[in-house]
Amino acid sequence: MTRRTPTTDVALIAGFAALIAVCAILPDIKTGVGVPYSLQTFGVLLTGAVLGPVRGFLSVVLYLVAGLVLPIYSGGASGISHYSGVTAGYLVAFPLAAALCGYLVYRNHRNATQFTLVFTCGLLSSFVFVHTLGPLNLAWRADLSLKEAFSFDAAYFPGDIAKNVVMALIATAVHRAFPDLAARRSPATTTDEPATQSA
Amino acid sequence: MTASPLGDYQPGTSVFHQLPVGAKLLGLLVLSIVAVSFRGVPTTIGLLVLAVAGCVVAGVRLRRAARALRGVLVAMTLLAAYQTWQRGGEHAFVVVGALVALLLLATVFTTTTSVERMVDAITRWLGPFRRFGVNPELVALAFSLMIRGIPLTLAIAGETRDAARARGLERNPRAYLTPLVIRVVAHARATGDALHARGLGDD
Amino acid sequence: MSRIELDRVVVRAATPGGPVPEVTVLRETTLDLTEQRIALVGPNGSGKSTLARLVNGLVEPTSGRVVVDGLDVAKKGREVRRRVGFVFTDPSAQLVMPTVVEDVALSLRHQVRGREERADAARGVLASYGLEELADRSVHTLSGGQRQLLALAGVLATDPAVLVADEPTTLLDLRNARMIGDLLLGLPQQLVLATHDLDLALRCDRVLLVDDGTVVADGAPDEVVAHYRASAG
Repeated sequence: MTRRTPTTDVALIAGFAALIAVCAILPDIKTGVGVPYSLQTFGVLLTGAVLGPVRGFLSVVLYLVAGLVLPIYSGGASGISHYSGVTAGYLVAFPLAAALCGYLVYRNHRNATQFTLVFTCGLLSSFVFVHTLGPLNLAWRADLSLKEAFSFDAAYFPGDIAKNVVMALIATAVHRAFPDLAARRSPATTTDEPATQSA
Repeated sequence: MTASPLGDYQPGTSVFHQLPVGAKLLGLLVLSIVAVSFRGVPTTIGLLVLAVAGCVVAGVRLRRAARALRGVLVAMTLLAAYQTWQRGGEHAFVVVGALVALLLLATVFTTTTSVERMVDAITRWLGPFRRFGVNPELVALAFSLMIRGIPLTLAIAGETRDAARARGLERNPRAYLTPLVIRVVAHARATGDALHARGLGDD
Repeated sequence: MSRIELDRVVVRAATPGGPVPEVTVLRETTLDLTEQRIALVGPNGSGKSTLARLVNGLVEPTSGRVVVDGLDVAKKGREVRRRVGFVFTDPSAQLVMPTVVEDVALSLRHQVRGREERADAARGVLASYGLEELADRSVHTLSGGQRQLLALAGVLATDPAVLVADEPTTLLDLRNARMIGDLLLGLPQQLVLATHDLDLALRCDRVLLVDDGTVVADGAPDEVVAHYRASAG
């Protein structure tokens, strides 16, 4: 019945960009090393898992671009400074990680409600992009050896796994609530009228 | 702009306020490449002088500059300590000094660039991509929706957190994050419908 | 006055992951709506919202045709949406720009060229609804009644021929509900109003009672509302 309209896609992309921003500016979990360790990465992977590769990627890009002028990166410092700093690699990795996570989850929409599967997709995406580009940039900007940079980065593994557990719990719940989000050809609908079953 | 996390923009008439957005971004990019490619005491001193001068010209208030640095203070201090220990004080100054300078220059950018000008610039840059199916107006709309969405999402986050607390579930992130995300999706769909009804998908 | 025609319209919805692949939201319906003020009443989930959404193409019929002033909604969606304004239950989903004046300006993007002129025109629209003092406020800081009034102003700014309102007063307090209701019923446009407020329905020219995806009663407001009250027990 209702078509999947481009305006709904735009609203979802913008809505999740705002959600990542809120995740990033909610109080941080303090760790001392200063690399982002907030709910930001949770928001990024969740966006991929819920919206799929294309909308997920665009949503994270929108968040990053808006962050150039709005203080919505974790830590709350003014946006673009992060690109000049040691954390740029993490930011650049975010849309790629969201896209990969979304691609893996959306490959078969029935998988979108499987906790273990979504958890694995999130973790995999985060290791392929976040934990590679992040420390590589750290090494380059802070003039550290690769070994030093990667061992700094490894401090985030436990937190990352915990965040991925929560991410997968929530993404699967959202896909159960809105089964047509990940369905390839079925239309989106917002009407509140399930009404009668067809004979 | 009265969105809740207020932008860093300060209205003004300095030369930085008048420069095109693209020129400012390009300048920042070039300087951050210079900082890494020509690493040395003179480069770092040069960048620091440039950054301080930029802040003064742009009228960045001291408090604002301090706030920009505060977010990364711990990281910078740790990095400085580590570099001093491993490679000596001069090297620590070169690396950390350049990073601080770039941070201040970035603050000059955010202080002198309003969200409207940023969105206008992006819409303009996307113009040539129209033939590939990119709709710059929809992109500009996405920015507005997002900025509008931040206080809204913060409000929903507060409500769902209160609801979880009322049920004694405040230690369970799932109890308030799940309804939060579900409401974000539901709201986005209602918004998509409303935009469609206002003819925005037809442009 | 405008004319809305439904010709053997059926709406089915896919339910991925559900126990059955599809549900019928609206059974075959044929209607000819020419009265100025038409109310749709019925229980939650009855299909009245779907009926309202068909009028501007937010919902597309699975079979059959919807025609507004001679324009087929499925084929001429863009023209129809310029003729048909839509007001939703929750105005915060409808107000998309950060500030009040920007939101009205968005509605005027086809009518008025030039950013400054558009902002001026938007202020003019706001003034005609007594909202001029809110022009530069963040949409987020408005009260529920102010938001719905603003949503309505944004829609009426383009002077549509038909206004569809889907439970526009449900979230409002009594006073604001009355204010919005009076405003809607006093409009010169054709109005299609899905509502739970039977007092509002009684003041319309024609009332349709929708239940279980079917129009079960259609006619004079007092008769249909009495029927609905009786059937609800």
